[in-house]
Amino acid sequence: MSATPQLPPVAKLEQKTVIDLVAKGKRIDERGPESYRPIQIQVGLIEKANGSAQVHLGKSKVLAGIKVQIGTPFPDTPDEGVLTVNAELVPLASPSFEAGPPSEAAIELSRVVDRGIRESKALDMKSLVLQKGKTVQVVYVDIYVLDHDGNLIDAASMAALAALVNSKVSKMEVKGDEVINKGGHHQLPLNNYPVAVTFAKVDRTIIVDPSLEEEQVMNARLTVTIDKNGDICAMQKGGLYGFTPDEVRKAVHMAVGKAAENRARIMAAAKG
Amino acid sequence: MNKLPEPKQPEKLIDDKGLRIDGRRLDELRPIKLEVGLLDKADGSAYIEQGKNKILVAVYGPREAHPKHIAMPERAVIRCRYHMAPFSVDERKNPAPSRREMELSKVIRESLEPVVLTDLYPRTTIDLFIEVLQSDGGSRCAGITAASLALADAGIPMKEMVAACAVGKIEGKLALDLSDAEDKYGEADIPVALVPNAGLVTLLQMDGHLTLSEFEQGFTMALEACKTLHAMQREVLKKKYATIKEAAEEREEAEVVA
Repeated sequence: MSATPQLPPVAKLEQKTVIDLVAKGKRIDERGPESYRPIQIQVGLIEKANGSAQVHLGKSKVLAGIKVQIGTPFPDTPDEGVLTVNAELVPLASPSFEAGPPSEAAIELSRVVDRGIRESKALDMKSLVLQKGKTVQVVYVDIYVLDHDGNLIDAASMAALAALVNSKVSKMEVKGDEVINKGGHHQLPLNNYPVAVTFAKVDRTIIVDPSLEEEQVMNARLTVTIDKNGDICAMQKGGLYGFTPDEVRKAVHMAVGKAAENRARIMAAAKG
Repeated sequence: MNKLPEPKQPEKLIDDKGLRIDGRRLDELRPIKLEVGLLDKADGSAYIEQGKNKILVAVYGPREAHPKHIAMPERAVIRCRYHMAPFSVDERKNPAPSRREMELSKVIRESLEPVVLTDLYPRTTIDLFIEVLQSDGGSRCAGITAASLALADAGIPMKEMVAACAVGKIEGKLALDLSDAEDKYGEADIPVALVPNAGLVTLLQMDGHLTLSEFEQGFTMALEACKTLHAMQREVLKKKYATIKEAAEEREEAEVVA
């Protein structure tokens, strides 16, 4: 059952400082309302994964690893591979994370990242088939949150995309009942590059890329995932309050430019 | 376990006359039936049929928080469970809560939080149970529409009711209130919840593919539909209280005669 979350206690004075600054068009870390924190992307840190990427979004750190394994397709899609996205809010990342079964925040995070990749048709699912209806490649995207300083959705979405671009898979084929290695590697077949852009409403102002301090005082949150053509492929509103229709329209338009900037960063880092 | 044959994919979602599989126009809602106060034990309840959706909602509370540690000192905690019956879909659904149901429970709760005056009932919980008895696309929205009614039926103070409706894209055209098949074979789905008088969007999700202008147009269609649904919600509540008033008046008359 989903319950109203208990927010960690934050001093009223600190909350007021964050809110007052945003109202004046400033922010606690001296950014403008429409700018991201510094973004650093490193790829290929985990040798045993097919692909990996670590994203630093300000002080938030998210690691994504890709594992490609052999499995069976879902019965209703015999001619497609399988994509599985999972997110772990690792207890070392925040005093508010606990070990145990995934929290609803973790489930939401993984499902929003999943929706971006799946709905933009980023991964060419048909090319993952080795033997129709029987043997396919299963692409696991595992998101590991290492340090939580806000806006995990954008950090995770960037890490997942960078890790997918970074992935190398051994060439395989089916002979008889066995999957054999043909030797050599290929890249994961990608057709699209979705990027999530998250907005927060603090008091009555819309800001991009909320930090943890800002998330603790925000009214609501809106994520817009934009594909390579500048079209929308996923959205998710969160938080205990709402947006006016005009705020939604403004955010959607702003997301297109922000996504293009971040996509360029990801592609440069993943290929470099 | 053997797989049952899939229901056949309709050849066309929109016919030559511009009508949909169930004969609706693109901007037309499915037939809707709303009822309130139909459960005996719950503090408030509501039932919605929207197309083949059949959803029952019960509200318990405000009541003592259990377990105690979930209580909040300055407000009521809202808890929400969206759950699908095993027989509500084509292939039997495992009754254990899925990741989808957990996400929907969260977004439905968040869509209703802004209207409930939770600070009037500190240290309590308000529990919402949404049971989808039959699912036909758009069940989270129908669930929100019914949950608002159940909250009102329970007499829980709220600013106003929330109404929700989805808009989608089928065969390249925007269409209101997608059915199951349209959602499955269509190109996009945007569930929206609106608090009409406050002008606040409290649920917004989207999956699929939409250009910015398609989104603008679809979003506006969904907001309009939410307003229509809101009027229907108000009617149902008014009718309920009219019946109560009538009964009370009859009793009074009987007493006078006696």
